[in-house]
Amino acid sequence: MAEYAVELRDISKRFPGPSGELVTAVRNVTMQIRDGEFFSMLGPSGCGKTTSLRMIAGFELPTEGEVYIHGKPMGKTPPFQRPVNTVFQNYALFPHMTIGENVAFGLQMDGVPKSEIMARVKQALEMVRLPGYEKRRARQLSGGQQQRVALARSLVKRPEVLLLDEPLGALDLKLRKDMQLELKKLQREVGITFIYVTHDQEEALTMSDRIAVMSGGVTLQVGNANEIYERPNCKFVADFIGETNFLQGKVTEQNGKAVTLALAGGLTVHAEAEQSLANGTEASVAVRPEKVNLTGHAGAANQFTGRIVSVVYIGTDTYYGVRLPGDQLLRAREQNDRPDSRPMAAEGDEVTISFSTQAARVLTE
Amino acid sequence: MSSTKRSPWITLSALLIYFFLYAPIVVLIVFAFNSSKTNIVFEGVVNQGACGPFYWFCKLFSNDDVLDAAKNTLTIAFISTIVSAIIGTMAALALQRYDFPVKRASEAALYIPIVIPEIVMGIGILVFFSALFTWFNSTFGLVGDGRLAMGLGTVIVSHIAFSIPFVTLVVRARLHGFDKSLEEAAMDLGANEFTTFRRVTFPLIAPGVLSGALLAFTLSLDDFIITFFTTGPGSTTLPIYVYGLLRRIVTPEVNALSTIWILTVLIVVFISQRLEARR
Repeated sequence: MAEYAVELRDISKRFPGPSGELVTAVRNVTMQIRDGEFFSMLGPSGCGKTTSLRMIAGFELPTEGEVYIHGKPMGKTPPFQRPVNTVFQNYALFPHMTIGENVAFGLQMDGVPKSEIMARVKQALEMVRLPGYEKRRARQLSGGQQQRVALARSLVKRPEVLLLDEPLGALDLKLRKDMQLELKKLQREVGITFIYVTHDQEEALTMSDRIAVMSGGVTLQVGNANEIYERPNCKFVADFIGETNFLQGKVTEQNGKAVTLALAGGLTVHAEAEQSLANGTEASVAVRPEKVNLTGHAGAANQFTGRIVSVVYIGTDTYYGVRLPGDQLLRAREQNDRPDSRPMAAEGDEVTISFSTQAARVLTE
Repeated sequence: MSSTKRSPWITLSALLIYFFLYAPIVVLIVFAFNSSKTNIVFEGVVNQGACGPFYWFCKLFSNDDVLDAAKNTLTIAFISTIVSAIIGTMAALALQRYDFPVKRASEAALYIPIVIPEIVMGIGILVFFSALFTWFNSTFGLVGDGRLAMGLGTVIVSHIAFSIPFVTLVVRARLHGFDKSLEEAAMDLGANEFTTFRRVTFPLIAPGVLSGALLAFTLSLDDFIITFFTTGPGSTTLPIYVYGLLRRIVTPEVNALSTIWILTVLIVVFISQRLEARR
């Protein structure tokens, strides 16, 4: 057994663009997806995540590089000979067939005996909580139900890897949240490797064992939810996953991971960096709003005085916009966990904010 | 409601349009039951022989020339419909799916037969066939009955040629908005290209193919000009036959024949529209 369920080795994909020139959709992407893992490719539209997925499925062939499924190079293997199945964004249920016929289709293609097909279709529909829906048509079902039929149709074949291309994109928010948990549960039960494409960072964080953040056809960072949220390796990841304040400054000192930077307005920030930085390097310090303390904290590594310029109440939390000396803006997020939940400060108030060294990450790219 | 206040002129002009369109057809059908042998005055409903009012229809069915012409017409229509439906569908699929260097040019060329005058097409085909046959016969020394000549074959080939663009047009309309991911889903589930076509693509475009085919069928049934230029001995079709009759005397037999014909075409068009509506 190969080490990885799916491996992309240095794959690139170029398409002819509208005026004949080549457009690079995926650039030198390398990814290893482990067996039984829930792996997400996350990024904005046009980042190459869907193209990467389509190259695993075999709908597109890489211009360069190779896709390996369980250690076997796929080369030009057509989709119908690959041990993977896809759940499409628009479900792609066959409109001229019943739900039962849709789910049975893949088994018929495999030459499974008729009696077994019936049983497995029934079982698959039960698994997605649609028992007895065999005789219905796709158009009689709601979006969420169609989505589950599409899942059953793929899973009934017991693929080694299931590819999901934004399968929840067309559902409303409430249903999407339910389906997220359901999908994750289903994945644990069947123990199949899921490769999930989404532009929704929350969805990726909720479901995935590991996430690959992509942008502009390249992979920026691969890691679990905690790693990519707490330790983003570049400004794009820090900005795309959750919310981040960026403070611009110049490196004045580095001692191991601890870095000191000078900001505009004569402020000094103590932050952490993974990389070694020469003095004078222009860098951004990323600080999550929820890690900024509005009440000040004696002994905190970073403590600044600023003026509140905005107060936005969003229910569970309140956002405070703080203008620091040197005109840098910092957003602080405070939980409304006190019984009265009154704002801690009003516009125009002068406050002392603080955050720890660990909460501040130096990013140069 | 304001829409009820419609100018009477609009109603009148609409009625006139329908009158001019349908009065000749109604007259034609009525005269199929005329007791007079001429088509000028209606002298009452015919009641002659065993068939009574359908005398002219019965006379028609005992006319071997008519039956031969009908047989030719249907043979030509069936063969040209089937062949043009297959080729036209293939062309529609190719134009829909692939980008190739001369795509625009070949697409435009495909639709030219629809717009150029039929008589030009007819003359063109005639010149083409006679040149081809003359060269072929002299090169291979064919003589007598062995020679290639105009006949059923040439009519069928030309009907196929002018039907293809119509089929392609109708099938392309059906393919417009065809969800390509359905084919990908089929392949993903293990169907090869042929099975995907048979189980998914074709069933979904079948109504378009069928209505295109029915259109081709009616066009072939009706065609006079191109058939006139490409026909030969023994391949007379109904339109050619009727034209021949008109040059002598117009008996209600022609009206009876036309009545049957109109009904046939109406039924085919009706079926075709029903299929087209079922998308």
